[in-house]
Amino acid sequence: MKSLIFRTAAPVIVGVMLLFSIFVLLRGHNEPGGGFIGGLIAVAALSIYGIAFGVETVRRAIVFHPLAISGAGLLLATLSGLLSMVFHVPFMSGLWVYPVILGEEIPLSSVMTFDIGVYLVVVGAVTSIALSLEERGED
Amino acid sequence: MNVTDLTFLALCLPFLGALAAPLLTRALGHNAAWVLALIPVAIFAHFAGFSADVAQGEVVTGGYDWVPSFDVGFSWLIDGLSLTFILLISGIGALIVLYSGGYLKGHPHQGRFFSFLLMFMGSMLGLVASDSFLMLFVFWELTSITSFLLIGFDHHRDAARRAAFQALVVTGGGGLFLLAGLILLWNISGVTQFSALTSLGPVVKASPLYLAALVLVLGGAFTKSAQFPFHFWLPNAMEAPTPVSAYLHSATMVKAGVYLLMRLNPVLGGTVAWQIVLPVFGVATLVIGALLAVRQTDLKLMLAYTTMSSLGLLVLLTGFGAPYAIEAATLYLVAHSLFKGALFMVAGIIDHETGTRDVTRLGGLRSAMPLTFAIALAAAISMGGLPPFFGFLAKEEVYAALSAFDWRSLTFAALAVIGNALMFAVAFAVALTPFTGKPVATPKHAHEAPVLLWLGPAVLALAGLAAAFLSSTVHALISSPMASAVAGEPRTVTMSLTPHLGVPLALSALTVAIGIGFYLGLARLRAGTAALLAAIGWGPDRGFDQAIRGLLRLSFAVTRWLQNGRLDTYMAVTFVMVAIVLLVPPFLFGELARPPIFPAIPLHEFAIMAIAVIGLFAVVLAKDRLTAIVSLGIQGFSVAVIFLLYGAPDLAFTQFMIETLAVVILALVMTRLRLSPSDHRPRRETLPDAAIALACGLGATLLLLKVTEGPFNTALTDFFNQYSKTIAHGGNVVNVIIVDFRGTDTLGEIAVVMIAGLAVLSLVRLRAGSMRRIADNDPDAEEAGR
Repeated sequence: MKSLIFRTAAPVIVGVMLLFSIFVLLRGHNEPGGGFIGGLIAVAALSIYGIAFGVETVRRAIVFHPLAISGAGLLLATLSGLLSMVFHVPFMSGLWVYPVILGEEIPLSSVMTFDIGVYLVVVGAVTSIALSLEERGED
Repeated sequence: MNVTDLTFLALCLPFLGALAAPLLTRALGHNAAWVLALIPVAIFAHFAGFSADVAQGEVVTGGYDWVPSFDVGFSWLIDGLSLTFILLISGIGALIVLYSGGYLKGHPHQGRFFSFLLMFMGSMLGLVASDSFLMLFVFWELTSITSFLLIGFDHHRDAARRAAFQALVVTGGGGLFLLAGLILLWNISGVTQFSALTSLGPVVKASPLYLAALVLVLGGAFTKSAQFPFHFWLPNAMEAPTPVSAYLHSATMVKAGVYLLMRLNPVLGGTVAWQIVLPVFGVATLVIGALLAVRQTDLKLMLAYTTMSSLGLLVLLTGFGAPYAIEAATLYLVAHSLFKGALFMVAGIIDHETGTRDVTRLGGLRSAMPLTFAIALAAAISMGGLPPFFGFLAKEEVYAALSAFDWRSLTFAALAVIGNALMFAVAFAVALTPFTGKPVATPKHAHEAPVLLWLGPAVLALAGLAAAFLSSTVHALISSPMASAVAGEPRTVTMSLTPHLGVPLALSALTVAIGIGFYLGLARLRAGTAALLAAIGWGPDRGFDQAIRGLLRLSFAVTRWLQNGRLDTYMAVTFVMVAIVLLVPPFLFGELARPPIFPAIPLHEFAIMAIAVIGLFAVVLAKDRLTAIVSLGIQGFSVAVIFLLYGAPDLAFTQFMIETLAVVILALVMTRLRLSPSDHRPRRETLPDAAIALACGLGATLLLLKVTEGPFNTALTDFFNQYSKTIAHGGNVVNVIIVDFRGTDTLGEIAVVMIAGLAVLSLVRLRAGSMRRIADNDPDAEEAGR
């Protein structure tokens, strides 16, 4: 897109949106948010970036093929579910640990890694759709 | 290890052997057969250990839970019937493994062949050992699949592929009938195991669903055991290497149907339907098979058709219901496995050593292959029902069962005599003609077979002799327990080599006399049947091809009609269906919603709803498509705001994002598809679309109104509110449901999301040139192109 204002503002907007998407992802367990919503925000960010600077730039920026990201997310989610079987509890049972880092108790769980998996699947799959539609006729 | 675990191991052993076979064959070449034959030998030894108990009338059951909630187990039942089958399968299996070692010596895929063969052996053992219905079905279909692999072993030949496909369709399709039949039996009786079913008494026979269950079970049994008119796959299966024909298509797999009938005889047998259907189909198969056998000149095909006849005889006897019939079926089944296995292997030896199986191009082999000749003769004498072989005992018992003085017995006895006489002629045509007369030049210079090849048939031929002389021991260990299991009550088999003067012996003598006549006039008989068949001109084998071709045509036509490639048709069909589903049931069942009472809502909420409605009008009235897409966004955002106002922030949040992305993606699609900026279709095309849209909207509205009429059940809400924090450590109930309480659902959903991404990517990447045209799948076009 030719608009100078849009191209100048885009990196800032995109950066804030991506950061916000991760924030939404992580707060999801207790406040509105979660992997699905976070993932959609990230996709919106990447689409804006693509409209501003072209599909190739986005592809370079995210390094991996979008579907590879999606696949990694699905794998992560599956492994989070399978992890519980190692501890002899049913598939997909949530497991929690509370390590203390710098005097702060951080709750970590297999539920969180599962949600990160959801996030990655959504980001990868929908970005893949958006990007492939954006590169018109050149692929 | 206890007996249960050992038995389970014995049932698994062939599959483990199938894994090891290719590696072993790579290391040892064809001599791997000696090692692999130890597997069936070990199985034979293990199960032979049960024979003393089983001979006392005991039934050995065992197993493990499989799906306990459905009362489905992995359980086995060792009684006289299954033990006889297991000993035949493992005993003959060991000989066949050795025989394959010699027969396929130096074949590049010998290891693969051993692997398939052992897999089949495991499936067949599992089939006959099964106590649980479901286990029987699984192994039943496994034998179909492994038989597919074995028949199609020479997969580069068209004929082998067709035969494999045909066998799979017929026997696998029959397996589906069997599954339905077993489920029906389960439904009627409430039990899932044969051992429980037989002890229930006449529950099934008294049920109104008896006839349906019988037809379904027979659908499975008749296809598997090649009963007329489902016999055609069996001769075609002779495309398989000869060890397969000897093992699957004479000694074991084709008897699975007979096994099933015998297993269910106490449950389904004895009724009028049973005693009509089984004998009629059996005798038809017996006579037609024997006639078709006479026509052939290929040794294997001659044997294949006589196998069909023998299966017919077994079905006839199983259903005949007269005294001695069950006993005759058990004796004939054992005798047939011994002599027919041996004869097939002899046919394979002749083919292997001379290069041809055409009986008209063979002769005078007795000096070159004396040992093979002796084996062939021994097996043929048993098949012909002459003393001193086991086949004689079987035939005497058969005629004892059929020789009552009423019209039914007389008819069947007369037909059986004709069928048996024809089989007698074919037996000696296979075993005598190639060896006698003047030597004929064959493609390969004939010489005696190596030990791996002659060992198997020699053992089987000798077993036929030994079983006849040791008949009292064989009866005590095998025949009587098996007949008792089939009859469902104690039976004792007493037939011995000592001839008893009477009607059965007279019928035997008659059979032999007619049989010798047929043998001497075989050439004329062959010409006669060939002329007859040519006059008929159509058979089930061609019918099968026509049915498959018809199926292809139908699916092509349906595909053409449904998948015409126009997106607007697909959308219209989909939404019309949605409208029908939403609208028809409420009207049909009088479930229409009452007119809603509009609650007083605050002004700001009313304003937001007004914006949503305005957005919709903007969509409909928009001059160009881009405006319409953005206007759709207005409506979506308003709905999201309503969600937010009514306390569903997560939903609202998602809706916002979806609306944003939907507008972006729709706009991209529009440019991608190079649509014109506005819609120029005439009214007569847009009006139907509008009607469909209105119908869908009306339906959804009615549904929602109806749903909200009922009282709101708060059980789930309470549960999640109460436990979200305490069990799942999360404050956001929606998210906790998604990632924890119903996490497995989510796992499935994200898999779908990813697959959708893949699908869209491949659709977008499609280039016009790389698309296969649907016409390429036209079966008629394909034929024309050849």
